[in-house]
Amino acid sequence: MSSEAPAAGPPEPDHARRFGVIWLVSTLIALPLVIFVLGPNLPPGHGSDVASGQVTDNTVLTAMATPVLLLVVIYLIYAIVNFRQPKGGMLEGPAVRGNAGLQTTWIIVTGALVLSLAVYGTVRLEQGYGAGSGSGPKPLTVPSGKKLPVQVIAQQWAFTYRYPTYGGVETTHLELPVNEDIELHVTSLDVIHSFWAYQLGVKADANPGVDNVTFVKPTKIQTFEVHCAELCGLWHGAMYDHGKVVSDADFETWIHEEQRTFAATTKVLPPYATTYAPEPVRRGS
Amino acid sequence: MSTTARKLAGVIGAVIVLGVLIGLYISSWAVSAPNPVTATPVAGATVPTTSLTLQTDAAVGPQESPNHPDWVSYLVKTGGRWVRSTIFTVPANSLVHVTVYQFDGDSGLRNPFLSAVQGTVGGTEMVDGKAVNHINPEEASHTFVVPQLGVFAPLPGVPEEAKNQCEVGPCDPATMAHRTIEFTFRTGKKGRYRWQCFVPCAAGTYFNFGGPMQTLGYMDGFIDVV
Repeated sequence: MSSEAPAAGPPEPDHARRFGVIWLVSTLIALPLVIFVLGPNLPPGHGSDVASGQVTDNTVLTAMATPVLLLVVIYLIYAIVNFRQPKGGMLEGPAVRGNAGLQTTWIIVTGALVLSLAVYGTVRLEQGYGAGSGSGPKPLTVPSGKKLPVQVIAQQWAFTYRYPTYGGVETTHLELPVNEDIELHVTSLDVIHSFWAYQLGVKADANPGVDNVTFVKPTKIQTFEVHCAELCGLWHGAMYDHGKVVSDADFETWIHEEQRTFAATTKVLPPYATTYAPEPVRRGS
Repeated sequence: MSTTARKLAGVIGAVIVLGVLIGLYISSWAVSAPNPVTATPVAGATVPTTSLTLQTDAAVGPQESPNHPDWVSYLVKTGGRWVRSTIFTVPANSLVHVTVYQFDGDSGLRNPFLSAVQGTVGGTEMVDGKAVNHINPEEASHTFVVPQLGVFAPLPGVPEEAKNQCEVGPCDPATMAHRTIEFTFRTGKKGRYRWQCFVPCAAGTYFNFGGPMQTLGYMDGFIDVV
């Protein structure tokens, strides 16, 4: 056994303080970039009130995640740079036996972060009258004032649209007037679909026998994409179309033209209802 | 090489070969499609025009579908005979005249709105020689719909009481009960456009929309505009 003491190396820097400063500075640089540069460009854009709300929410989520992401990434890089194995030797690291203070802080901070997001999400969902998602047949919150009801009918493999306040006419394309509150009633005639009007920030499940209500107010004249967002069979990927947001006058012209075109067909449609139960098995039964 | 190593190599080799074979089988199944049929040019037309002659059968029969002879299906006439294909090649910016011999009975539309004729020249179709812009949704047997082109052509079914109904395809329009539906649509720009039947006509499947409704080559296909 040697009585010689090991040679003392250079003193270790205060890693905690150094790492903390790097993280804090990085966060202070990144946060304004996330909020003011990245945020406004986050999806789904500003095609409607709920879409703009989703951009805000995505910005908030990204901003709250940024310090956490930087903490993890910077720590990883810091550890790789500073705590790497020295060349030519195998060094046993010091035993780490836990750090109650650090662990408690971590649990409290991340717990508070997640809980605050849950509260924020719930409040925003109700503030935004469902925030573009379906709220079922009886939404908890409903925008006040006049609303244009439009029914979205999904079937394998197309969406059609019915306007109950225009004689119940049904159309193959969706057109909406700008700056008007729209009350969408989403349902299905067969299997589960999902109505996704991307630029409007609307995504609502279309379930057979269910009236899934969602609200949206398109805020600019535009063309928007309509997709099915629920795997529904062979042509699910082709269940794709474009809708239009137009001026009030253009909407009135279009809807009256549709009424004229489909006058004969409208007569054979079932009376407008929030859901339909078409006989699905006439041949198979 | 030890015996154990040889056995291990054999097992690994067999697993690799089996995996490749399964992969080839699945991929060939996934991309399998009937051969395309080119529409027949119509001579003497003032604008480029082609024609497609189709029939719909309640049971396609073993000749055209040995694995699923009882599936409902479209057939197309090419080279003087009926074949099972639902991929049709037509010219861009042209008219396509479609004649459908409808041998199947009615099933009814789940959505009556689809009983309206849309997107055809004149907004009508001829049903047994009579121009109509919609049919009775209860009488629909099938539809020929190309959603991206806005073409909706509902096909009424053969009445139940009709005599000499076709049991198994290919059916003979000269001798068997049928409806004749004719319509013309414009093709527009080049591209691949899917078409489908909207009538839940696949008897015995989930919501009558399984089997031939979910398999390319029976009640769904493509219009290849070239």
